[in-house]
Amino acid sequence: MGTQSDIKLIDENGLRLDGRKPGDLRPLKIQAGVLERADGSALIEWGGNKIIAAVYGPREAYPKHNQDINKAIVKARYNMAAFSVDERKRPGPDRRSIEISKVLSEALESSIMVEQFPRAQIDVFIEVIQADAGTRIAGLTASSVAIADAGIPMRDFVTGCTAGKVDGKVVLDLSKEEDNFGQADLPIAVLPRNNRIVLMQMDGDLTLEEFDQATSMIMGAIPRINEIQRSALSSRIKVQDSGGE
Amino acid sequence: MSSLFPAERRVNEMKTREIVLPGDEVRTEGLKPRNGLYKVGEDKFCSAYFGTVQRSDQFIDVVPFWGTYMPRRGDRIIGKVIEIGPSMWIVDINSPYTSLLHMNDSPWRVNAGDLKRYLNIGDFITAKVLSMNEIKESWLTLKDVGLRKLEGGTIISIQAPKVPRIIGKGGTMVNMIKDATRTKIIVGQNGLIWIDGPQENVMVAIDAIELVKEQAHTIGLTDRVRAFLDSKKGEMVGNTE
Repeated sequence: MGTQSDIKLIDENGLRLDGRKPGDLRPLKIQAGVLERADGSALIEWGGNKIIAAVYGPREAYPKHNQDINKAIVKARYNMAAFSVDERKRPGPDRRSIEISKVLSEALESSIMVEQFPRAQIDVFIEVIQADAGTRIAGLTASSVAIADAGIPMRDFVTGCTAGKVDGKVVLDLSKEEDNFGQADLPIAVLPRNNRIVLMQMDGDLTLEEFDQATSMIMGAIPRINEIQRSALSSRIKVQDSGGE
Repeated sequence: MSSLFPAERRVNEMKTREIVLPGDEVRTEGLKPRNGLYKVGEDKFCSAYFGTVQRSDQFIDVVPFWGTYMPRRGDRIIGKVIEIGPSMWIVDINSPYTSLLHMNDSPWRVNAGDLKRYLNIGDFITAKVLSMNEIKESWLTLKDVGLRKLEGGTIISIQAPKVPRIIGKGGTMVNMIKDATRTKIIVGQNGLIWIDGPQENVMVAIDAIELVKEQAHTIGLTDRVRAFLDSKKGEMVGNTE
């Protein structure tokens, strides 16, 4: 972020490095039920991101002193594989992934009906296999599908998208280069039914006008992303329907 | 045989129940919303699950495709003893929470500390949920007709939300499978099913249950299961009367 470079991220025609217009999303694909032994799972491929989300539970929370007598605790664990980025990432939780795990847990908790499962714990494992900017939002979008796939009661999906400032222009869904050499990055996740925000972070600077522009771009993209989440689940039933073994 | 399930070829043309996703609005049309729905605003109801909408005479429910079992008072379930305390058995009931069976709720005269003479770790029982509290602690009882330790037989597990389909209206589905395969079947509300009988017949019964499981969201399932059982008649033993 903020690193100056000679790369021109937006060309004279207003197109970005990968040929997208400012309001275009990268190709997005979600597949639900990819893991046999998880209660729910999803694989998301969003641009160059490849992320698996696996949900286990609700199950009794351990250690016992962590149990909440009123509700289930949601424990998301965001982890980047050592080979997921250009330069090998030192494996294991670091400051960044601990923070992301925390904000994702909180975002998911706002959609899950945790009060139905006192003393329980819902584990969400988000494994980034290949990273290409916007992994937290992609991981969150996939986890929400995985939770619905697990049959855990939830009020709504959680759908997210990023926007940012690149070469002085506000654009949707940053790619790796735009994230690294752009001026700002704004990931937002909402409950798409009522557009309530459950996650918002910002890296870099945006003016008030730019911020408004970025949020409205994201809000415009949310229904499209949510539609992909929904079809990931409903196609699971069709796959079973087409029969055979 | 061309296909394991002859009926399955036609699944694509089968009518399915209305499918909803979390957050979708469900029109109640004067019915009382019951399970799997939550209230939004004044009189709007939304689905909490990815599942099918089921309307009965009075109620409307959303039944999830997958999900865990939550104990309810009076449910007859199948459980597995996983731990033995001085006066209680701890039973895994295929749910996020384990359940307890106190020695006084068993049909035997048990002395404290001597519980494993009656039920050991790994034993399966059919039991009834005696009570459950706000924090989902539950107690089981073995003191009712038909409740006992399960000896022999095979245990299979299905997703708890599909149990009503396996049982069918008034037990029609499970009775049909029982009669056709000449096996003894106990279906626990928690999704565990105990089947006993000749091995060949048990296999057919399991396949029939698999079929119900796969097609639980479709309409006209009883007829397809009947057709399936008829096609398997030759593979079973002892079906002449």
